[in-house]
Amino acid sequence: MNIIGKPRRRVDARAKVTGQTIFADDLMLPRMVHCKLLRSPLPHARVLSIDASRALAQPGVYLVLTGGDVPIPYGILPVSQDEHALAIDRVRFVGDPVAAVVARDELTAFAALDLVDVRYEPLHTFAAPEDSLTRDEPRIHEYGDRGNVHKMVSLNFGDVDRALGEADRVFDDTFFYQGNTHLPIEQHAAVAAVDPDGKLVLWSSTQTPHYVHRALAKALAMPAAHIRVIATPNGGGFGGKSDPFNHEVVIAKAALLLDRPVKICLTREEVFYCHRGRHPVLMRFRTGVTRDGTITGMHVQTLLDGGAYGSYGVASTFYTGALQTVTYHIPSYRFQGCRVFTNKPPCGPKRGHGTPQSRFGQEIQLDKIAESLAIDPAELRLRIVERPDTLTANYLRVGTIGLAECVRRVTKSADWNNRFRKMPVGRGLGLACSSYLSGAGLPIYWNDMPHSGVQLKLDRSGGVTAFCGATEIGQGSDDVLVACVAEVLGIEPIDIRAVTGDTDLTPVDLGSYSSRVTLMMGNAAIQAAERARDQLAAAVSRKLSIPAERLVFAERRVFDSADPTVGMSFAEAVCLAEARFGTIGTTGSYTPPQSAARFKGGGVGPSPTYSYTASVVEVVVDPSTGWVEIPRVWIAHDIGRALNPVLVRGQVEGSVYMAIGEALMEEQTFRRLPPRLSQALVHKFPSMLEYKSPTTMDMPEVFTELVEHPDPRGPFGAKEVGQGPLLPIMPAIANAVYDAVGVRIDEVPITPEKILKALDAKAAGRLPRVGPGSFPNISWPAPLDVPPPWEGGDGTARKLEKGSEKVKA
Amino acid sequence: MPMPRHASITLTVNGEPVDAAFAPYKTLLEVLREDLHLCGTKHGCELGECGACAVLLDGQPVLSCLVLGLECEGRIVTTVEGLASDGRLHPLQETFADLGAAQCGYCTPGFLVTAKALLDETPHPTREQIKEALSGNLCRCTGYQQIFEAVEAAIEGSAESLALRPTTATPQAANVARAFQASDPSDQQ
Repeated sequence: MNIIGKPRRRVDARAKVTGQTIFADDLMLPRMVHCKLLRSPLPHARVLSIDASRALAQPGVYLVLTGGDVPIPYGILPVSQDEHALAIDRVRFVGDPVAAVVARDELTAFAALDLVDVRYEPLHTFAAPEDSLTRDEPRIHEYGDRGNVHKMVSLNFGDVDRALGEADRVFDDTFFYQGNTHLPIEQHAAVAAVDPDGKLVLWSSTQTPHYVHRALAKALAMPAAHIRVIATPNGGGFGGKSDPFNHEVVIAKAALLLDRPVKICLTREEVFYCHRGRHPVLMRFRTGVTRDGTITGMHVQTLLDGGAYGSYGVASTFYTGALQTVTYHIPSYRFQGCRVFTNKPPCGPKRGHGTPQSRFGQEIQLDKIAESLAIDPAELRLRIVERPDTLTANYLRVGTIGLAECVRRVTKSADWNNRFRKMPVGRGLGLACSSYLSGAGLPIYWNDMPHSGVQLKLDRSGGVTAFCGATEIGQGSDDVLVACVAEVLGIEPIDIRAVTGDTDLTPVDLGSYSSRVTLMMGNAAIQAAERARDQLAAAVSRKLSIPAERLVFAERRVFDSADPTVGMSFAEAVCLAEARFGTIGTTGSYTPPQSAARFKGGGVGPSPTYSYTASVVEVVVDPSTGWVEIPRVWIAHDIGRALNPVLVRGQVEGSVYMAIGEALMEEQTFRRLPPRLSQALVHKFPSMLEYKSPTTMDMPEVFTELVEHPDPRGPFGAKEVGQGPLLPIMPAIANAVYDAVGVRIDEVPITPEKILKALDAKAAGRLPRVGPGSFPNISWPAPLDVPPPWEGGDGTARKLEKGSEKVKA
Repeated sequence: MPMPRHASITLTVNGEPVDAAFAPYKTLLEVLREDLHLCGTKHGCELGECGACAVLLDGQPVLSCLVLGLECEGRIVTTVEGLASDGRLHPLQETFADLGAAQCGYCTPGFLVTAKALLDETPHPTREQIKEALSGNLCRCTGYQQIFEAVEAAIEGSAESLALRPTTATPQAANVARAFQASDPSDQQ
């Protein structure tokens, strides 16, 4: 390996340190005009009328759009086509776009928003998920499982009731995970224009240009082939730029109507209201264990506050119950999840998508189990870690597992055995583990096509261009693309130009979500490069009369492995191949292996392979103030193979950082305006001043260790790293707080107030805990019953009996 | 609404004298991005909290979203575009690029100029001094650690050239250097 595995400057680093990276808001086009959105001031209302005449009368205002101008609904999931670019007759949260003003400059457009007259009829505001569970009218949407319940999931794998009944101990715990948001430093921005041949172009800070392409074609009723979506480098995404957004559809329509480029850049406040971030999740874990800690069965229930639209919510719901089984062996498993609509900004995917919430509960409960059974928490996890190359109870095919080694590494580095439960009051260590997908096994819309495609163009200059629809959101996908191609062809990264995220120029890649890019694009890139290498090798082999198998591609040369002096430059090899075969262009593609899960709902959770992480967090808790400091974090991540260790470390440490924010301070929460105003439900902190996120002063020292056992399913053995390392941190912090001061904070954020409250309870002899008291009684549908593999199951569900019985919570 | 009249000022941007005409309410950030087409400087929060818009004003880091363009008459502004000289990257740019200190790159210009101001004033800062100097810059990607390391590498790797190069490389840069010496930090906010 010449490139893979070596610490290297990423291919786009120069542009980023010189300010030359062109983000969406940096685009300035001739004749460009500016768009602002009028957003609803009410959380739930009928739109009775919109009068734009006063706005349109303003000098410099060119266009006002309302719902009727873009009436076709869209949405990221085929099952949740519930969004309109502008409200048709209903607004569902404060911030829901109602009208769009396009004007000669941003200020004129902004000023004209006040001149659009909208009459509303307020409707009941659903502020809490419990309200949505019990009150069916008015419905926020005319679809969903019932009333204001968007989605109910009930899955059963094996005889959980018997497993819990026969267990030595059953632990029953509830947890709450508060919502929080992505907070990318770049606000969403986009520019739409009609290109010289009359087709539409949209530049946007999106993580998923392919899905935006599809949504635009639908919402504008235009042939997809006449729309070009270009993903500009994202100034941070973290899942927040994965949906097709109102503003993208609106400016596309405006550009078509005005035949002028139209730009929009959201304000920071608008970004908070666009959200699509972490769902608030209330959850209950019932887990049966034997005396030695072996899990006999687990029953997980989750209630998700989805906000006002579907977004990725159906997938998010399944994800709260999908990955419990891939870390530890769980012989029987039941999952019941429920997502409700409320009149708040829609929740969606944030780094870890649906899994951090339940991982938080699972890992804290394991800590409690370990303590009750007098087993060291690290030892407990080592006993129950899932076996590699197995099929879990819910039919997830697990590949390599480096989790045990991760646990051993972090406990050794943190001197766990000498310090856990042995430090003075106020100082503590906590351990937690996790696992994450290396790419979703199924696409968002059903199809049999590849998930990622790569095309290579080689020409007589010796230069190579790599085309792929993957999107650079800061994670380094361009670097992975170039590195994989350079490694196979034996050239340097600088010899390759990456053209990415452009639906006109690049083959489809589904986008930067679900930690899928390195594995899927990487495999496609390797295939394309190997096909190019084979053509070059055939041409060189004939010219030099050397068997093709003996040829080596390295150091920008193609040469005989038996005699390295015999060979030629890479550019000469391309010329030979071009002369022999014609223009050199190859393709590669990647489709994940077929999932073993064949039941309804089995589409969420399967992945080609899973990454594993273990972490030990050290905390210092001041018992007089409840203040938590984190001096050190040890984290070991099973990456398979690190393609570029500099980038891998950046993903691990960035995950630790984001997790600390979620654990200690970040929350996307809402309040009612006072009665003298509208009583509208508004964001408590829609600014970067009030929404607290960790600064340089809050960041601990992070000791990152990479566990590298190449996984045959990954490119050069690589697995994901973008999301998994976030997951263990929040529960590890909670567990460390318990070690430090003996109180359980069973919810995030873990604030000083909650710690003080729990310490007060402890001092008063009450349960030293802050967390939800109970899980609501939900009348779940009868579970889909899928026998696990060890009970002779084949991944399909048993036929439902008629008159399906309700299962009591 | 009435079309706002333009104000005209002369200032020095990245070593070059510049005339700028702009609506008087514009912030320095808007003047740089919209009127001078220096888009390397970013906006992130609109209220001086994130540090993405940091530039050097007479050598001191300021949040350009909180500075009016009109306040900059006769002053010296350095943006990320002015860090490289003679076709060579500033040592901080080299170390940020090599050590993973820039992921998405959106906060990077603000970090770079803030770090440059630190090193100009404190050539051998400790880790704590680096943390404190950069505490007004938010990064959501890196977890900051690789940024700290990049700043430290720029100290260790090329302390001499760092002290000399940006101020002596070009006549314009020499002007900047003089201006730095002339300006009294206590004059700044």
